[in-house]
Amino acid sequence: MAPAEPAKVLEVRNLHVVFGIGHHRVHAVRGVSFGVDKGECFGIVGESGSGKTTILRALCGLSPNWEGEILIDGRPAPRHPDRAFCRMVQIVFQDPYGSLHPRQTVDRCLREPLEIQGIGDRDTRIADTLQAVGLDRSFRYRYPHQLSGGQRQRVGIARALMLEPKLLFLDEPTSALDVSVQAEILNLLVRLRKERGFTYVLVTHDLSIISHMCDRLIVMNVGRVVEAMPVTALRERTPENPYTQQLLQASLGYDRAAVERYQTFD
Amino acid sequence: MADLANQPLLQVENLSVSYVTPTGTVHALKRVSFELGREKLGIVGESGSGKSTLGRAILKLIPRPGEVSADRMAFMGQDLMAMSKSQMRRVRGKQITMILQDPKFSLNPVMRAGDQILEALSIHGRIGRRDGRNRVMEILKAVRIRDPHRVYNAYVHELSGGMGQRVMTAMMVVTNPMLLIADEPTSALDVTVRMQVLAIIDDLVTQRGMGLIFISHDLNLVGSFCDRILIMYGGRIVESCRAADLNKVTHPYSRGLLDSLPSIEHPKPVLATLKRDPAWLEAP
Repeated sequence: MAPAEPAKVLEVRNLHVVFGIGHHRVHAVRGVSFGVDKGECFGIVGESGSGKTTILRALCGLSPNWEGEILIDGRPAPRHPDRAFCRMVQIVFQDPYGSLHPRQTVDRCLREPLEIQGIGDRDTRIADTLQAVGLDRSFRYRYPHQLSGGQRQRVGIARALMLEPKLLFLDEPTSALDVSVQAEILNLLVRLRKERGFTYVLVTHDLSIISHMCDRLIVMNVGRVVEAMPVTALRERTPENPYTQQLLQASLGYDRAAVERYQTFD
Repeated sequence: MADLANQPLLQVENLSVSYVTPTGTVHALKRVSFELGREKLGIVGESGSGKSTLGRAILKLIPRPGEVSADRMAFMGQDLMAMSKSQMRRVRGKQITMILQDPKFSLNPVMRAGDQILEALSIHGRIGRRDGRNRVMEILKAVRIRDPHRVYNAYVHELSGGMGQRVMTAMMVVTNPMLLIADEPTSALDVTVRMQVLAIIDDLVTQRGMGLIFISHDLNLVGSFCDRILIMYGGRIVESCRAADLNKVTHPYSRGLLDSLPSIEHPKPVLATLKRDPAWLEAP
């Protein structure tokens, strides 16, 4: 199959997000623009407070107080998600412990989006999706507390897959997991993208995950994009912005001498 | 004194911790033995490997129904196992101290940061108010807090994560301990802040000739920060190595952990996943 025209699945232009008023006003995202091609994995990196998760929440309608322009598949994104939007866009949350309903079985959790959308053939779809994320049938009627962290995150991914979206947002999908479990989840995400042609937007603070998963990335600091680059620049350690260079240096391991050279960027 | 300098700070032989529960006995630590000198010793493992239990067992902080047993657990020649509760209280916080993971949950939220450090001082020796305050200011400067007066009077919620972790570090070194146990001290922090806090711990440990037990799940970090590494799995030490030789480890679990890490510079298309072998839980 010849590669299709690289169409922008997601386009963000001059996005601003402000919380609070008066002297409680926090300008969390300050004029961020980027575009994501169809089928690519796009990374957003930053430290805490950089606004990376806020962007994701604005994009998927969880934080309606944004200004600017968000185009998904060429159409403006609704401020409050509607049914059509949910079939196009889904999100996998950071904390697999907090993002599943503690009193709903896996089956109930996966069934709900199908019921809301009025999609039939539910039993088969649930069974197929569980299989796709590597959970066997025995997990279907379990509650979240009967699952390990990695299994819960697989359920979180399965839930996002139920409506067969084109665009998947991943908010720190493995930061709560052990490294060996993280490897399993990252492999699963890579495989699903290859098989189903998803577009991913991955938010993380971990540069090694970006290097493993992404094609392009933006680096954020206090609400602004400081650098946009292909992932090769990261792998070859050639970012241009001093903030990115420092972040990369710190991510490569402890180096006593380098700590002395740290600057603060605001 | 010459003897004391050569003798290891801490000797642990066959330390075990078990919990008796209605559904059976859980062995959290199984016959762990190691020695520690004036060095930075990293303890690495995944959740449930027993690494935090090990840190707590050294301080005899395992609550009932947990049971601690050891053939020998000696700190600078003193037998920790034989100590009474009140003797232990004099060791804990004075000679051996512990930095915990998240300052937001481990510091007292309704007590000013400086007063908490002062409390640590006054519990372990009589000290006047002015002297105490001066010592606290000094130690806050030693952990590179630029504005010690503000931080002294601040509550935990007014401090950032990195600042809170510096306060906790200050509290743990103000009594001049010989051994510092740090249980995931930086895993809640951003990478650059993490490196700054580590540099502070590094300098204090080196300058004061202390021993450090650094508990972490982050192999790369421990490899670049510590002198020696113990790798734990299922309550046992499966392998120990010099930090510089981390890439030469041979145990399949250690190898599996290393191979499952994504790399910034050398990404692989598929990450190796760990195949756990029940035999790792048994004989050495």
